[in-house]
Amino acid sequence: MSKAGITVATADPPPPAVRRLPRRRGIELALIVLAVLLSVYGYCAVGLARHGTLPPGAAGYGAGLGVLALLAHLAVRLRAPYADPLLLPIGVLLNGLGLVLIYRLDLETPGDRAAPAQLVWSTLGVALFILVVLLLRDHRVLQRYTYVCVVAALVLLTLPILFPAVNGARLWIRIAGFSIQPGEFAKVLLAVFFAAYLAANRNALAYTGRRVWKLQLPTGRVLGPIVAVWLVSVGVLILERDLGTSLLFFGLFVVLLYVATGRTGWIAVGLLLASLGAVAVGRLEPHVHGRIETWLHPFASIEAGEGANQLAQSLFAFAEGGLLGAGLGLGHSYLIGFAVKSDFILATAGEELGLAGISAVFLLYGLLVERGFRAGLAQREPFGRLLAVGLASLVALQVFVIAGGVTGLIPLTGMAMPFLAQGGSSVVTNWAIVALLVRVSDSARRSYDGQDTR
Amino acid sequence: MTRHIRHAGYFCALLLVALLLNAARVQVVQAPAYDRNPANRRPDITRYEQPRGDILVGGRAVTGSRDTREHLRYERTYTDGPMYAPVTGFASQLYGTTLLESTEDGVLSGADPMLAPFPLWNDFTRARNAGGDVVTTLHPAAQEAAYKGLAGRKGAVAALEPSTGRILALVSAPSYDPQPLSGNGSAAARAWTRLNADKDRPMLNRAVRQTYPPGSTFKVVTAAAALDAGVVTDLEAPTGSPDPYRLPGTRTRLTNAPKGCKDASVREAFTLSCNTVFAKLGVEVGVTDMTATAHAFGFNNGELRIPFPVARSTFDTTLDKAQLALSSIGQYNTRATPLQMAMVAAAVANGGQVRDPYLVERTTRPGGSTLATAGSRAIRQAMYPSTAVRLRAMMRDVVENGGGRKAAIRGAKVGGKTGTAQHGLGNSGTPYAWFVSWAQGERDMAARVAVAVVVEDAEARRGDISGGGDAAPIARAVMEAVLKSP
Repeated sequence: MSKAGITVATADPPPPAVRRLPRRRGIELALIVLAVLLSVYGYCAVGLARHGTLPPGAAGYGAGLGVLALLAHLAVRLRAPYADPLLLPIGVLLNGLGLVLIYRLDLETPGDRAAPAQLVWSTLGVALFILVVLLLRDHRVLQRYTYVCVVAALVLLTLPILFPAVNGARLWIRIAGFSIQPGEFAKVLLAVFFAAYLAANRNALAYTGRRVWKLQLPTGRVLGPIVAVWLVSVGVLILERDLGTSLLFFGLFVVLLYVATGRTGWIAVGLLLASLGAVAVGRLEPHVHGRIETWLHPFASIEAGEGANQLAQSLFAFAEGGLLGAGLGLGHSYLIGFAVKSDFILATAGEELGLAGISAVFLLYGLLVERGFRAGLAQREPFGRLLAVGLASLVALQVFVIAGGVTGLIPLTGMAMPFLAQGGSSVVTNWAIVALLVRVSDSARRSYDGQDTR
Repeated sequence: MTRHIRHAGYFCALLLVALLLNAARVQVVQAPAYDRNPANRRPDITRYEQPRGDILVGGRAVTGSRDTREHLRYERTYTDGPMYAPVTGFASQLYGTTLLESTEDGVLSGADPMLAPFPLWNDFTRARNAGGDVVTTLHPAAQEAAYKGLAGRKGAVAALEPSTGRILALVSAPSYDPQPLSGNGSAAARAWTRLNADKDRPMLNRAVRQTYPPGSTFKVVTAAAALDAGVVTDLEAPTGSPDPYRLPGTRTRLTNAPKGCKDASVREAFTLSCNTVFAKLGVEVGVTDMTATAHAFGFNNGELRIPFPVARSTFDTTLDKAQLALSSIGQYNTRATPLQMAMVAAAVANGGQVRDPYLVERTTRPGGSTLATAGSRAIRQAMYPSTAVRLRAMMRDVVENGGGRKAAIRGAKVGGKTGTAQHGLGNSGTPYAWFVSWAQGERDMAARVAVAVVVEDAEARRGDISGGGDAAPIARAVMEAVLKSP
């Protein structure tokens, strides 16, 4: 026990006392301009490829995206001047690329345009970003709302049960023509709750209770509530058949527990539980069983004479892209069918931008996650650290699950590619995540006076 | 905590690496296999994304492309589809391609690498070349004359330019319109079913894919063999052949339709078309020489492509004398495509030389500049030139004094040979009416055209069926069409 304590102490040396770090807002501005220009370039490339002319809305699109990005930049400049300069540009670029891809896919479905709605949602997302940056002076304020967050998260998760299922899953609530996926918002709230609870109870989790083999079991009083919350959320998600999100929550829970307690045993327990759960669900749940079968044999439906399924079509799209891609607007990913703008949007990127383009997209996500982890490392108080790590892990896990699913690496679970996919709730949520990361990174780098806030 | 945050970070980095490696696997390593998957519609979409090049006859396109604005965007259209179907074939999104549409697909679809000005650059930019055109050797007027001549009948016409082997006409009747097969909708499927169920087999290319017993038209080959082998030296000398002729080693008696065949000279026998004389001649020439001559004319060659494959015309090489006798008058196992019999007539007209026939004059780039031209064709000497001269005279006799009068053209030298081929069990089928001929205009240095016509179900009483009556007028129309053109 004392040994463990020493380990923790040596692992977390007090950060060097630096009074002020450079703000680097100019870099952020330059990168934002670049991101907007790249998006407008993509928009024009689609128009040129398809109609041989610049699309009529190019100027408006560029101006709209540019104004949004500049407003967000001003908010950061004003209220979070020490924030990491990469976070916002990455969000702008990914969101801009998503809009380009959706606009490009709209050309194949003239009766069903998704880009205008996505632009509205993106505006809302950036507005939320600005609100968070302006109004939330200190992320630690969120700790006060630990239990509000968890109640809100559970309510949001439960709400869709009252609404009819869409495509076999009860994930949406429909109000006045808008469909909202409350589970998306619940992600952030749960991350806040996990971070706050673990930050408050991490010592009790790590050092109390009985020791079984290499695992220090915390007392039920400490572990109980968080396990209960996690079980309830996963249970609800299974009821709603949203296995992707339940996997996401599980991963978030394990990662934060590991980071908070420093116990490798939790990883082992997590992996064990995950495998058991996966095997059980895979055996018992026909929907999931089908997904696993499809993953193992993506071309079985072709051999059965039923034509290519969505995953097979997605693989064809990636294959067609090859190294350099067919070029924006020149692919045929619409063959994938109804989910091409949401779950399978990455296939369009893969076909039209090629391995080069999709690697760049993956690296952008990787960079976003890495900056999130850096914000966590630079932060000194445990809530901020856990929050940043939790949010970054959320993005990483979600990208892995959906990208791995559409490229045949793991079984497919329906989830939205952060920022890229069609889906209002998702875009808004991801802007909230970036906003919180900006907040944490700003507070981490704002000033170092050597005082340990732990 | 820092250490564990780093560990979590490494874990995320691991996930990223897994994604990158897997993307490389799908997009580079596995990509060729995925591209080849039959359920992948991209190759088809790309193929039909642009209009197909055209097939040209006499400077005019007989094909076209229609923009359907569907996923498989451009559909094939045909002008005078039934008339040119034995040449063009069809290009269907459902059923693939046939004939020239098939053999010239690379040029027409733009996939042929020769169409790319800078092949490697195209691989890089993924640009597709517009389809090139295929210029045929067909003579539009001859084709039309043959098509109209066969109207309402079952049969085929093949016409050649003897000196080059260019195919001037290739007609099969009844024919079909390839147009309805172009698309991929239910209409195409219905047309396909209907055409395949039709007992007249309109999609059968009778001119090159169907063999018939050539009947008496094969006597040209037998005569050539006899003259070349020296069995006959004097065309006017009596041949000492009986009437009827008992097939060697059998009790079967071979008779003649016309009178005056007993002990007739070869010239008389040729004009009258005496079975007895030529059956006896074939036996006298022997299997070896008969086979050699038949080979030289192109029989038993299964490799001929014009550029689509031509059915093998056969002359059996393992015959006893009775079979040889029958084979020598174009019966028993002797079978020939109309194109093959046109080659026989062309060889006579061309001083004994046979040129392999061809249908594609040249292929062009979209702008019209030449991509490739028909190379020089193999030449075989089917008979001595002197033999050809004597056969020419005998064939002219047939038109001037014999059964081929209906093929005569004022002011032109025309040679021909009629044929009436028995077939079916016990020769019960309606006989095929044959006519092979060549024509040379008044001012021409050489024969301009050689034709073979076969009519399967001539609308006449059985006894009246004859090459001279049914097939010769069609041959005449075709030859006249060629001679009229400058």
